[in-house]
Amino acid sequence: MHWIDYYRPSTLEACLEAFAKHGASARALAGGTDLLVQMRAGRLANNVVVDVKAVPELNEIRYEPGIGLTLGAAVPCYRIYGDPTVQREYPALIDSVSMIGGTQIQGRASVGGNLCNASPSADAVPPLIALGATCRVASVAGEREIPVEDFCTAPGTNALGEREVLVSLNLPAPSPDSGACYLRFIPRNEMDIAVAGAGVSVRLANGCFDSGRVALAAVAATPLLVPEAGAALGGQPGGRAAIAAAAAAAKAAARPISDMRGTAEYRGNLCEVLTRRALEKAVERAGGTLG
Amino acid sequence: MQSIHVRTTINGQAAEFLCEPRQSLLEVLRDVLRLTGTKEGCNDGNCGACTVEMDGRIVPACLVLGAEAEGADILTIEGIAEGSALHELQNAFLEGAALQCGVCTPGFIVASKSLLESNPDPSEEEIRFWLANNLCRCTGYDKIVRSVQAAAGKMQQETTS
Amino acid sequence: MSTSTAEPTSTSAAPADKSSNGAPRRDGYEPNMVLATQTFDVVGTRPVRHDGADKVTGRALYGADLALAGTLHGAILRSPHAHARIRSIDTSRAEQMDGVHAVVTADDLPEAEDKLVDVGEGDTRLSYVHGNVLAKGKVLYQGHAVAGVAARNQHVALEAANAIVVDYEPLPSYMTAPEAMAPDAELLHSDLRMKEFGEQTDKPSNVAEHFHWTAGDVAEGFAASDVVVERTFDTSTVHQGYIEPHNVTALWNHDGRLHIWCSTQGAFVVRDVTSKILEVPVSNIKVTPMEIGGGFGGKIPVYMEPVAALLSRKTGRPVKIVMSREDVFTGTGPTPGSHSRVKVGASADGKIQAMEATLAYEAGAYPGSFVAPGGMCVFAAYDCANLSVDCYDVVVNKPSSAAYRAPGATQAAFAAEQVIDEIASKLGLDPVDFRLRNAAKEGTRRADGPKFRRIGCEEVLQAVRDHPHYAAPLTGPNQGRGVAVGFWFNVGLESSCTLNVNTDGTVHLVEGSTDIGGTRTSIAMQAAEVLGIAAEEILPEVVDTDSVGFTSVTGGSRTTFATGWAAHDAAQKIVAEMRARAAKLWSVEADQVQHAKGVYSSNGNSIAFRDLAAMSSKTGGPVSATATVKPRGVGGSFSANIVDVEVDPETGKVEILRFTAVQDVGKAVHPSYVEGQMQGGSVQGIGWALNEEYFMGADGTMKNSSLLDYRMPTTLDLPMIDTCIVEVANPGHPFGVRGVGEANIVPPPAAIANAIHRAVGARMQRLPMSPPAVWAEVAGS
Repeated sequence: MHWIDYYRPSTLEACLEAFAKHGASARALAGGTDLLVQMRAGRLANNVVVDVKAVPELNEIRYEPGIGLTLGAAVPCYRIYGDPTVQREYPALIDSVSMIGGTQIQGRASVGGNLCNASPSADAVPPLIALGATCRVASVAGEREIPVEDFCTAPGTNALGEREVLVSLNLPAPSPDSGACYLRFIPRNEMDIAVAGAGVSVRLANGCFDSGRVALAAVAATPLLVPEAGAALGGQPGGRAAIAAAAAAAKAAARPISDMRGTAEYRGNLCEVLTRRALEKAVERAGGTLG
Repeated sequence: MQSIHVRTTINGQAAEFLCEPRQSLLEVLRDVLRLTGTKEGCNDGNCGACTVEMDGRIVPACLVLGAEAEGADILTIEGIAEGSALHELQNAFLEGAALQCGVCTPGFIVASKSLLESNPDPSEEEIRFWLANNLCRCTGYDKIVRSVQAAAGKMQQETTS
Repeated sequence: MSTSTAEPTSTSAAPADKSSNGAPRRDGYEPNMVLATQTFDVVGTRPVRHDGADKVTGRALYGADLALAGTLHGAILRSPHAHARIRSIDTSRAEQMDGVHAVVTADDLPEAEDKLVDVGEGDTRLSYVHGNVLAKGKVLYQGHAVAGVAARNQHVALEAANAIVVDYEPLPSYMTAPEAMAPDAELLHSDLRMKEFGEQTDKPSNVAEHFHWTAGDVAEGFAASDVVVERTFDTSTVHQGYIEPHNVTALWNHDGRLHIWCSTQGAFVVRDVTSKILEVPVSNIKVTPMEIGGGFGGKIPVYMEPVAALLSRKTGRPVKIVMSREDVFTGTGPTPGSHSRVKVGASADGKIQAMEATLAYEAGAYPGSFVAPGGMCVFAAYDCANLSVDCYDVVVNKPSSAAYRAPGATQAAFAAEQVIDEIASKLGLDPVDFRLRNAAKEGTRRADGPKFRRIGCEEVLQAVRDHPHYAAPLTGPNQGRGVAVGFWFNVGLESSCTLNVNTDGTVHLVEGSTDIGGTRTSIAMQAAEVLGIAAEEILPEVVDTDSVGFTSVTGGSRTTFATGWAAHDAAQKIVAEMRARAAKLWSVEADQVQHAKGVYSSNGNSIAFRDLAAMSSKTGGPVSATATVKPRGVGGSFSANIVDVEVDPETGKVEILRFTAVQDVGKAVHPSYVEGQMQGGSVQGIGWALNEEYFMGADGTMKNSSLLDYRMPTTLDLPMIDTCIVEVANPGHPFGVRGVGEANIVPPPAAIANAIHRAVGARMQRLPMSPPAVWAEVAGS
C-alpha cells in the first residue's frame, strides 16, 4: 500500500475540520472492509485516513418511539443485530446486517460504510430505501439531509461533497401494521456478493396494501428504488396477485448487466423471485395473510 | 514519513510498538511483534486465517490498521492456552483430527472460542453460521464442527460440575 | 422431471437428521465406518499427531513466519496481458526508488539448455520451467512473472514493482482447448511441434501431445449394443485453493552456498529444479521445507525460489517473497479446464460393450495438462474389452497447469460417470447394480494397457449398495440422489528414512516428506508397529535436503505408502540390530533371539525394547538404521459417493443435503486422518462441482481472483461428510496400504450431476453447475 497518514478525531467538529483540510485526499475509515481492500489494490489514491470510530455522533444507536432510529454511520453490523430494539422494530435491517460478509467482517463493517462505498450490490442499501431512511450529512459549512435512494450516484460514487461526512442514518418509526424484509441471492450461503437483492416494505390496511416500497440491489448502476412496484401494491388486496404484479414490475425496472456473478437474464429472473419472496415475508411480518 | 507509537494490550500483557500508518494489525502482530501464529491467507477479509479478538469481538486482523490498536484489548492464538494447559478447544481439535495442514487452525480456534463464550451450547447450524468467515481447504469442515461440539460439551461439563 | 425407474426406493430407514450434533443419525448407523479386514497393534489406531500442539497454539513455523536477520522483502511484477510480446522492460525508475535494493528479470537467469528436467511427478523441458519463472520475450498468461524486486519492506517492493515499465505488444489469446486447437489459431510457442502417438512430428501446433489408447474393437462393441449414449462435456479451470500462499526465503551465502526455506510438497524437487535453472550443483543448495499450509498438488512446481535466490545473490542478504492471494490465482498452477466427448454402449442384459472417449485438456501456458492420467482413469472402473481413448494436451493462455489431487481424473469422471448413469437409466437398472455388473476386477485390462492386480472396485460399490444412506428415502420435492465412482492409480516414487534409537527407549525418525495432513504420525506408526512400541515413542522430524536421503514429493497418495514403507524397512533393520544386541547380552547367536511386540527373548531370557535401548552403549554403541525405497507394489484406489441434493428450480441453487464418501484405502493407518482426506477431497470436489471456476473476461484476464469471488465452500454450504473406509489390502505393501489422498476428489462432480438430473431432469454437461447454469438448464428443459 502507498504511504498514508492516519488521524483519529474524537469529536465531530475535529472530524469535519480534518475533511475540510484534506478534502478529496481524505477517506473515512469505519470498518475498513472496503476501504483497506481498495487502497491495497491501488484503486484509491487518498493519502489520509480519518478513523471515525471515536466520534460519538457516528457511533450511536438511538431509538425514540414515534420518531425513529438514529444509526451512527460507523456502527458495525454486530452492534446493530445485537440491539434488541432494532431487532424488534427493524427486522429488515437485521436481515441485511447479518448477511454482510461473515462473523468477523460483521465485527467491523458498518451500514454507513456499506452505503458510502456505493456498490450496486450493497446489501444494507435496499432495506434502508424500503424503510424510507435518510442520510444526515455534515461539513464545516453545515448539514443537509439526503434520501438514501439519492445517495449513490454511480458504482463507487456517492453524493458526498469533498468535505462532507456521512454522520448517521435516520429511519422513521415503523407503523404497527407494516412489515419489511430484505432477501438476496448468492451462490454460497455466506461470504458472497449479492447477484441480486430485494428490500421491501409494506403497510397493510383492512386486508389491502396501503402502500409499499421496493428497492433492488445489483441490477443497475446504483441501488434501485422501483416506484412502479410500490404502485402495483398500493390499494390492492393484500394477496398473491398484487405481489406478483409488484414482482413483475421489479423485473421490468431492473437494468442488470452480465458479469461473473450472473447473466442479465438470470438477474432479471432473480428480481422477480426475490421481490415476491421478500413481499411474502414482509406481509407475514406485518401480521397479514396471503389469502 | 513518521511511524506511530501505539500502546495496547495483547494477550493480557501491556504492549507497545511503532508502526507505519499503512501497516495492518496483521502485519504488526507478525512482522513487528513476531506473533506469527495469526496467519495471512488472503489479506482482504475473506479467509479468516488472521482472526483475532479485539475488544471482545472477532475481527480479521488484515482489515484493521495497526494504529487502531491504540488502547484496545487484543487476543491472538498465542493467548488461548493458559500456561502449560491447552484450552479445551485446542484439545478437541487434536483429538478430533480437526486440522490437516494447520494453517487455518489458529483462526478457527480464536473464532470458535468467541462463539462458545457467547453461546456455550451451539447447534450444528449455529456453529456453521458463525464459522462461515473461516475457510479451510483440507478438512471439509466435518471434523472442525464436531470438535467445536466436543469442546462445548466438555466446557459445559466443567462449569456444571 | 425425474422419471428414472432406477430411483433407489426404500422405506426402511428414518430420514437423515442434518443437525445430529455428532451423534449417530439412527440406530446402528455410524457417520464414519471402517470396514477393516486386518488388525494391528498400532496401525489402525488414532493417536494424536506429533506436531499437533505446535499447530493449535500458533507455534508451528510456516514459510511466511520466518524472519532471518537483515531480510529484504520481495515482490513479483506480473503480466496484465493474457498473451503479449515484451518489447522492452525499463527497471531504472524502480531501481532508483528509496529502499529498493535489487531488481531482476529473465536476463539475469542463465540461458536455458534444451534438456528434460524432473519436476516432481514427471519430466518437462527445462526451457518451459525457466520461462514460467520469469518470462522471456513473451508473456503467455495474465499473472506471468516478468520481474522481481527486493526492498526494505513489502510495501516498497510492491511500489517498486509497479514502477517497472514494460512495453507490451498484445497478441490474440486462447482460453480453451477447442479455441487453441482451431486451425487458424496463432502458436503460443513458435518451436512447439506436436508429439503424436509417442512420436515427435514436425507439425507446428498448440497441441503439445496426442495420445491414443485402444483395446478390442469399439465399432464391433457399439454394433452389439442395444443402448448407446454419447455426450460432450466441458469443465472450467479451478484452483487447488490452499489457504497458505506460496512463500520463499533465499540466502545466497558468501561461501557460494544457497539456502532456501519455502512451502513445498517436495524439498528435493525445489533443490533439483533450482539447481538446473540457476546452473548451480545440487550439492551447493540446501532446501529447508517449512510447515506447509496445504498443497493438493499445487505446491510441487517451482515459482519464486530462483527469483529470490537471484535477488539474494545481488544483495548479499536474505530475500523473502510471499505471494498475495491474487498472485496465487493468476500466477500459480490451476488444474486444467477440459473439453471431452464420451460414448458408451451396453447390451440389454446390462453389460457394457464399448467405451470411447476423447479428452482435450488445457495445459495452460506450457505443455503438461495431466490429460494422460485422465485417459488412464476415465474407464478404469469398468471391465470392458472394447476401449478407445484419445487425449490431447493443449497449450492455452492461462497459468501453466499443476497437479490437483488425482490430476486429470475428475474431469474425465464428470463425463464418463454421467454417461454411465444415463445408460443405467435407459436400461432400467439401478445405477449401482449396473456399475457392479461391469466393475473392474483383478485381471481387468485398463485402456492404457496394464492389467489390474488386486483392486477394491467391487467392494467399494458393494459398500455403496449396502450403505444405509443408499436405502434412506428422500424427503421432499426437487430432491435427487446421485452416485458415481472414481479411480486413481497412486504412485510410489522414492523415499528415505532414518531411525535413531535413544537410550530412553524412544526413537527419532528422520524423514524428507513434508507433512501436509498428519503423515509424520502415519509414518511413525508404521515404524512403531514393527518395533512394537507406542506411536508416541517415535519422534518424527521432517528435515532439510542436507539431512536425509532423497525423497520425492508429498503427492500421488504416496507418502504414507512409500515413506511409511521406508520407515517399516528401517525399523526392521533396527529389530535385526536389537536382536544382535540381545544376543550379545546373553551370549547366544542373533538368530536364537525372538522378537514380538517390542520384547526380545531367548531361552527364558527376555528384555523390553526400552531396556535394551538403555544398554546400547554397553552392547556396541548407538543403534541407528536407514532405509531407502523405490516401491513397485503401488495399489490403485477406488472411491464412490452417494449424494442427495435439493434444487431450487426458481434460482438454480443446489443444496447438498447428505453426502457419503466410500473409498478403498487398502489399510487405514490412522483412520481419523484417512477420514479427513476423504472428507476434504469430497468437499473440494463439491466446490469444483457447484461454484468454483476461473471466470475469464473477453481480454483473457481472470475476473474473480479473490477468495470472495472464487467461491470455495464455506462451513455453511455443507452437511457433515460421512465416510466409509473400505480395506482391500494392497498385496504390494507390508501393511496393505494403497494411499488415500486423491481418489476421493474424482466422483463428486459426477455424483452431484447425476443427483441434479434425478432431482429436476436437467443433464448438466458443464462445470461448474452454478445457480445460473442450473437455472438456465431447468428453465430450458
